[in-house]
Amino acid sequence: MSLLLEMFTYPFILRAFAVGILVSLCAALLGVPLVLKRYSMIGDGLSHVSFGALAVAIACGFAPLAFSVPVVVASAFLLLRIAEKSRIGADAAIAVLSASALAIGIVVTSLTTGMTTDVDSYMFGSILAMSRGDVVLSVTLAAAVLALFLLFYHRLFAVTFDEGFSRATGVKVDAYNSLLALLTALTVVLGMRMMGAMLISSLIIFPALSAMRIFKSFRAVVLCAGALSVACFCAGLVASYLISTPVGASVVICNLLVFLLCCLTGRR
Amino acid sequence: MDKDILLACRDASLGYEHRALVEHLSFTVRAGDYLCVVGENGSGKSTLLKSLLGLLAPLSGTIDCPVQRAGAIGYLPQQTSAQRDFPATVSEVVLSGFANKRGLRFFYSAAEKSAALMNMGKLGVLELQSRCYRELSGGQQQRVLLARALCAADRLLILDEPVTGLDPAAAQDLYKTLRYLNEKEGMAVVMVTHDMPNALREARAILHIGRDGWFFGTVAEYLASPAGKRFGGAQ
Repeated sequence: MSLLLEMFTYPFILRAFAVGILVSLCAALLGVPLVLKRYSMIGDGLSHVSFGALAVAIACGFAPLAFSVPVVVASAFLLLRIAEKSRIGADAAIAVLSASALAIGIVVTSLTTGMTTDVDSYMFGSILAMSRGDVVLSVTLAAAVLALFLLFYHRLFAVTFDEGFSRATGVKVDAYNSLLALLTALTVVLGMRMMGAMLISSLIIFPALSAMRIFKSFRAVVLCAGALSVACFCAGLVASYLISTPVGASVVICNLLVFLLCCLTGRR
Repeated sequence: MDKDILLACRDASLGYEHRALVEHLSFTVRAGDYLCVVGENGSGKSTLLKSLLGLLAPLSGTIDCPVQRAGAIGYLPQQTSAQRDFPATVSEVVLSGFANKRGLRFFYSAAEKSAALMNMGKLGVLELQSRCYRELSGGQQQRVLLARALCAADRLLILDEPVTGLDPAAAQDLYKTLRYLNEKEGMAVVMVTHDMPNALREARAILHIGRDGWFFGTVAEYLASPAGKRFGGAQ
């Protein structure tokens, strides 16, 4: 117990809590429409692109977030177009894009700074990655994501449930898909440095899947996904402190356990 | 001009890019009409629907919609595979018919909620309102989507193969519901269908789209036409 209390005396852990809770909440909320629209792969692709962008930014001496946010947002729109246009090639195209971004990031890094612990921390996340500036930026962006999600909740539902009907009643479907891609891109960039490029997409997918096992209404699924995601993040962070494991992986394991539990108790 | 006209298609050629699927099409849909659109697969029925909904501009000619499209025309699309495991209650689905009628308020208004309840009642799905959409039978799902279409529109329903995949009893049920909406509520119906016997029995007008031309007229006129003899007579 004293170990737990001691944990909260470290400022970097408090920062990690603040950013992590917001990011996992955003990821879970966006995850519900993404999973239902069969766009899970987009989150995964984005995290790899985000890794590549970050590596290039460090190598060239750009500010990491200022460089990777526009790059990832642009790729999000590209991935969305690919997923919408050709149903057959979409999977393959996304896989190719993410592998390429990953490879570019690794090559650029090894040519410049070499494969250091930095690279390892981008791949698998690090609790030390959060500076004060990051926290301020994360809180602002997360607030924007939450506000936009709440504001457009009903239309996001309508568009997720039935694009054809929404289009026919005059909803700007493409604009809402782009909004979803934009918010996802921001969330991925924010969460990647703590969770790691390899693991951030699970933050988007797991809570939605778990919540869908238990609940039957869209609103309950969204609320439950958000709550599960935040709880899993906190549990994962505490566990990682207590047994000295990487944060990202610990959070994913928590999510996995919850998902299995939901599968067992859920009706389907 | 006739103020009962809901849709007027004048010498319209419909299709994509430079390839017209249907040429020089002219017909009108008035308030209270019941029109079935029939024809072979690939003849341009879906293209016609898209054009009527204003999602696709005609290559030439015009499609006039004197009433404001949003708020007057409701649409019942073919079901997508994504909806089969979608977690949403019946009332969430029905209320989403209002999604575009509102500004940026987060909650639906009391008037919208009671209108949704009324539409669920009309279609006999009121007692299902807190059930999960994915657990319903095909016929029940179609009625829920019809209730949603009523929320979005009050003049004209456009339906895309609504009975495909329904068992005969559920299909008859849906036709009965549509007849009620058409006769008692004055709702105009435009339906794309492959179910020829029921189309001939239920509709008052038929639009046949073939690869080499189209026919528009009443059911009796259609049965006397060459296309009708070939298509409708076989039943």
